[in-house]
Amino acid sequence: MKVTIDGHEIEVEAGTTILQAARMIGGDVVPPAMCYYSKLKGTGGKCRCCLVEVTKGSDANPTPMPKLVASCVTGCMDGMEVNSKSSERVTEARKAVTEFLLINHPLDCPVCDQAGECDLQNLSFEHGKAQTRFIEEKRTFEPENIGDKIQLHMNRCILCQRCVQVAEQLTDYRVHGVLNRGDHAQISTMVSAAIDNEFSGNMIDVCPVGALTDKTFRFKSRVWFNKPFNAHRECTTPGCCGKVTVWMFGNEIQRVTARKDEFHEVEDFICNTCRYDKKEVSDWTIEGPRKFEKDSVINVNNYTRKMDKVVINTEKGILMGRDEDRKKISMADIDYNEKIDGTQVKK
Amino acid sequence: MATSIQNISLSGKKKQVSNKEMTFWERLYLVAIIKGLLITIKHFFRKKATIHYPEQVREFSPVYRGKHTLKRDEQGRENCTACGLCALTCPAEAITMKAAERKKGEEHLYREEKYAEIYEINMLRCIFCGLCEEACPKDAIYLTISKELVPAQYDREDFIYGKDKLVMPLEVAMANTQKLN
Repeated sequence: MKVTIDGHEIEVEAGTTILQAARMIGGDVVPPAMCYYSKLKGTGGKCRCCLVEVTKGSDANPTPMPKLVASCVTGCMDGMEVNSKSSERVTEARKAVTEFLLINHPLDCPVCDQAGECDLQNLSFEHGKAQTRFIEEKRTFEPENIGDKIQLHMNRCILCQRCVQVAEQLTDYRVHGVLNRGDHAQISTMVSAAIDNEFSGNMIDVCPVGALTDKTFRFKSRVWFNKPFNAHRECTTPGCCGKVTVWMFGNEIQRVTARKDEFHEVEDFICNTCRYDKKEVSDWTIEGPRKFEKDSVINVNNYTRKMDKVVINTEKGILMGRDEDRKKISMADIDYNEKIDGTQVKK
Repeated sequence: MATSIQNISLSGKKKQVSNKEMTFWERLYLVAIIKGLLITIKHFFRKKATIHYPEQVREFSPVYRGKHTLKRDEQGRENCTACGLCALTCPAEAITMKAAERKKGEEHLYREEKYAEIYEINMLRCIFCGLCEEACPKDAIYLTISKELVPAQYDREDFIYGKDKLVMPLEVAMANTQKLN
């Protein structure tokens, strides 16, 4: 099947959604997604961030779709033509959706631990406006303790329900879900049962905002002051890949997360033992620095180039000069077929 | 006729000096002395270039930036929430901080859930550019118009200003609030 998104043509298999096709193309055409998660079944269609304009339904039926469609749940048709970033309507719609998502968001980024790697921050940076038109009081919830590993900030939640899908698909039985309806809808645990399943920590990684954050990392540091490294260990938990990103400050591991790809989705889910209990450098085999997209704030910790120890040879330099400068042409033992660094001149 | 090398002035400052004999008036030097004195006396009536420093102080520019202060709000609570944006933007890397969580019963001390437990500015590194002030989302850090920048000290350690020197004293915050009302 052939699909054209923003003028980029791509060949996809039947059953691919528009969002997946756009991600195959990559770059600017990829619509933002707050609720869709390719690794979790049944996600998508809730946040409406990924709206696109279909200007040609298919080769068989070329009429355009009258409304903007959510690209994460709309399948591709042969010969479909889609406008994502190039469409004025889509840009307007994304602006409106961003404004709606921010209506109840407390905007406490200076306090929030997710700041710097937050999808909502990125979304509002690109599509949001600087002012707010919302004058009513924001929806607030009583702080609730859902265990000693995960911190729940219900005020920040945008109800994408990714965490519910994590609990549904990764853990044996889930103890939390969405309670109530409409404006009162909230993520909570049934009778405040603590979340203690071995894979429950992944809901921190899938949360696009700071609603679910690591309690062991709470207020320890801002993400951009930490240095992320790829690391792995032999994990005995069934289902855990043991491949993680460790966030270090000096020689101290402050936080362990799963590795996130360019769309901020985890590559492989990790277990709670890896995430919370292995905070010693000796637990991990460090592979190397983790790269982030060019405009990410995490890059301010620019340590990716190799730093050699500086040797100050001042005394020797002043007294004797550089070695290569000390060679004299008039000295007998200099080979004229030799370059200054010692390599032979080719004949 | 080609000019000889002796007559060329590359810098244009070449001056022909002569060794001619001085006249009687020139030999007397009195004229030269009076000329010189007149220049001196003229300067008595000119505007002075200097000021009496400790008693008099020059006018500062309206955008002058002096020592930093960490502000308190009208209820006397610290504004700073240790978001780290000042440290991020600081080109001299002078700012360090450590965040802590506000405990129950400390709501009157700190405005937000998180606050700066330790906040340090290395005054030897600081270049008083004011970017920290600009980056602050909570209006917490300000560069004051204090004319004294950093007083001289003997130890380097004394130039690292902690919260003891940076946070606005409570009395000042109270006075500010009274001024507002």
